[in-house]
Amino acid sequence: MHETTPCWNREMEFMEEGHLRPLQSERLRDVVARVYERVPYYKEKLDAAGVSPEDIRGIEDIVRLPFTSKDDLRDTYPFGLFAVPMEQVVRVHASSGTTGRPTVVGYTRRDVQMWAEVMARTFAAGGTHIGDVVQNSYGYGLFTGGLGAHYGAELIGASVVPTSGGQTKRQVQILQDFGSTVLCCTPSYALVIGETGREMGVDFAGLPLRVGFFGAEPWSQSMRQEIEASLHVDALDIYGLSEMIGPGVSFECLEKGGLHINEDHFFPEVINPKTGDPVPDGELGELVFTSLTKEALPVLRYRSRDLTRIVTEPCGCGRSLRRMERVTGRTDEMLIVRGVNVFPSQVEEVLMRIEETTPNYLLVLDRKPRGMDEMEVQVEVSERTFSDEMSKLETLSERIGGEIEETLGLRVSVRLVEPRSLERSTGKAKRVMDRRDLGR
Amino acid sequence: MTAIQISVFLENKSGRLAEVTHALAKGGINIRALSLAETIDYGVLRLIVDKPKEAKTALAEAGFTVTETEVIAVAMPDRPGGLAGIVDLVTRHGLNIEYLYAFVGQRGENAVVIFRVDNAEEAITALQEGGAHVLSAAELSAI
Repeated sequence: MHETTPCWNREMEFMEEGHLRPLQSERLRDVVARVYERVPYYKEKLDAAGVSPEDIRGIEDIVRLPFTSKDDLRDTYPFGLFAVPMEQVVRVHASSGTTGRPTVVGYTRRDVQMWAEVMARTFAAGGTHIGDVVQNSYGYGLFTGGLGAHYGAELIGASVVPTSGGQTKRQVQILQDFGSTVLCCTPSYALVIGETGREMGVDFAGLPLRVGFFGAEPWSQSMRQEIEASLHVDALDIYGLSEMIGPGVSFECLEKGGLHINEDHFFPEVINPKTGDPVPDGELGELVFTSLTKEALPVLRYRSRDLTRIVTEPCGCGRSLRRMERVTGRTDEMLIVRGVNVFPSQVEEVLMRIEETTPNYLLVLDRKPRGMDEMEVQVEVSERTFSDEMSKLETLSERIGGEIEETLGLRVSVRLVEPRSLERSTGKAKRVMDRRDLGR
Repeated sequence: MTAIQISVFLENKSGRLAEVTHALAKGGINIRALSLAETIDYGVLRLIVDKPKEAKTALAEAGFTVTETEVIAVAMPDRPGGLAGIVDLVTRHGLNIEYLYAFVGQRGENAVVIFRVDNAEEAITALQEGGAHVLSAAELSAI
C-alpha cells in the first residue's frame, strides 16, 4: 500500500496508530522525567501544578502538564531552560526579538541529527532526491530557516546551493545557470523571485525548477496558486517553530491537503486559547506542541499562538502522521464581540470561498451608546466580477453576511469597498480596527 | 446593436465622484449622460461617453473599479408619451428592465433612453419590430 509515495522514513511516517501511541507515551514519560530532574524552572512549574513525573503514564496524561509560553523562555534568557550542560550543546539559534528579549534555543548533536531527519522527510514528501539541486534562499544565521533546510537537503544527498536570502537577480541567475530543481524560501519571496525573473525575461516554464518548500510566514491557498502559476512549481507549505526545532515540525506532501506533523518527535494538541481545554479534532484552536525527543531544550506543551485545526480524514498519500490545516491566524488576533470569540482568519476563510471578493478585508468594531458591540466587515469587491446591477451587489453583501454569520455565529454588517482601498497583505496587514472604548 | 456603458463602483466618500470626472477630463473624454444608483455605503455610476474604450482605460489607471456594460440605446421623440411608448414595447414581451435613464440630444428634437434588460437580443427585436430607432454604438457616440 502506497509503496510508490515518495518518503524518507517509511517506518515512522506510515506507522500504525497502535504502534505510534505507545512510542509517544514512552517518549513523553522520558522527557517529563528529564526536565523534572535537570531543569529547575520546570521542576518548580510541575511542583506548582501538583504534577510529578510518576503521574504521567501515557500520552493521554499530557493534559495534566502545565503549558510553556514564550514568556517562560524570556524569563529564563538565555540558557535557563537547557537540560544539558553547554559542553553538549553544538548549536544555538535565536529569534529576532523584535518584541522584547530574543528567545534562545539550543541543540545537541543528536538534536541536529533529528532536525535533519524531519527536514529530510519534508523534502522527500515533495519528491526531492539525490541529483536534485536545492536552492536554499532561507536566511542563514541566528534564524533557524537556512541551516534547518540545509541539513535536511544534504542528508537526502541533494546538491545544496546555500544562496541565503536577498540579491534577487543573482538568485534568478543561479536558478537558471545551476538548473536548480528545488527552491526554499518564504512564499512572499517566491513571488518576488518570479516577478524579478519575468522582468529579466526568464521563462520559468522552460527551467528545470520543479517544487518549492515555502514557509516561515502564513500564506493562503490563493497565494499557492499564484506562486505555482508564476514559477511553474508545486508549492508546498512547511511549518515549524524554533522553540520545537525550527522548520520541519510539519510538512505538506504532494496531496497539498494540510501538513503532516512529525508527531513521533513533536506531539500536537489543539486547545481553546481562552480556557486551555483541548478542542475536538477538526475544530479551530491554538496549536500546542510538546517536544518528545529534544535533548538540549525539551519543551512541554508550548503554546504556539498559531491557529489551526487537526484534519481527521486520512491523507491520500497513505501517511499515518496526522495533519494540521495550514496556519491561518494567531491567537493574539482573537476578538471578543458580544461574547463570541472571533478570529479574523475565520472571516478570511469565508471570503476565500466567495469568488466575487478579494481576501482583503477590514473588521471594524464599534460599541453603540447602549453598550452593544457591532462588527462591520469591509470587503473589497473584485474587479473581475463587479456587476453594475445594484441588486447583484446587494445579494453579494447579503450572502457574505449570511456565510460569516453561519461561521462565527455572530450577525455582522457588510460594507463593500473599492478594490485596493484596504491595506495590502505584505506580511502583517492591518485587519482589525477596534473603535470600542474598552477602558470603561 | 447594443451600446457600451461604462460602470464605476464608488464608495460613498467625499470627492470620489469629482475624481471620476477629473480622470475623464484629463483623458479628453466627453460625458453624454450619466446616472448614479446608490446605497448608504456605495454607489454605481453609469456613464455614456463619446469614447468608451479610452474612458475605461483612463478610469482603471486612476484606480477605479470599472466595467463595460452592454446597454440598449433608443432614440425617441422628445414629447409627452415618448418614453411610455418605448417602455411599453419592452415590457409587453415580458422583459424585465433592470434600470433606465434618459437624456436629451443636442438638437433637442430627439431624446435618448438607455436601458439595461436581462435579455438584450429579445428587447432589441421587440423595439425594432415596434418601429423604435435602436441606436448603434457609433450612432450613440456621434450624438
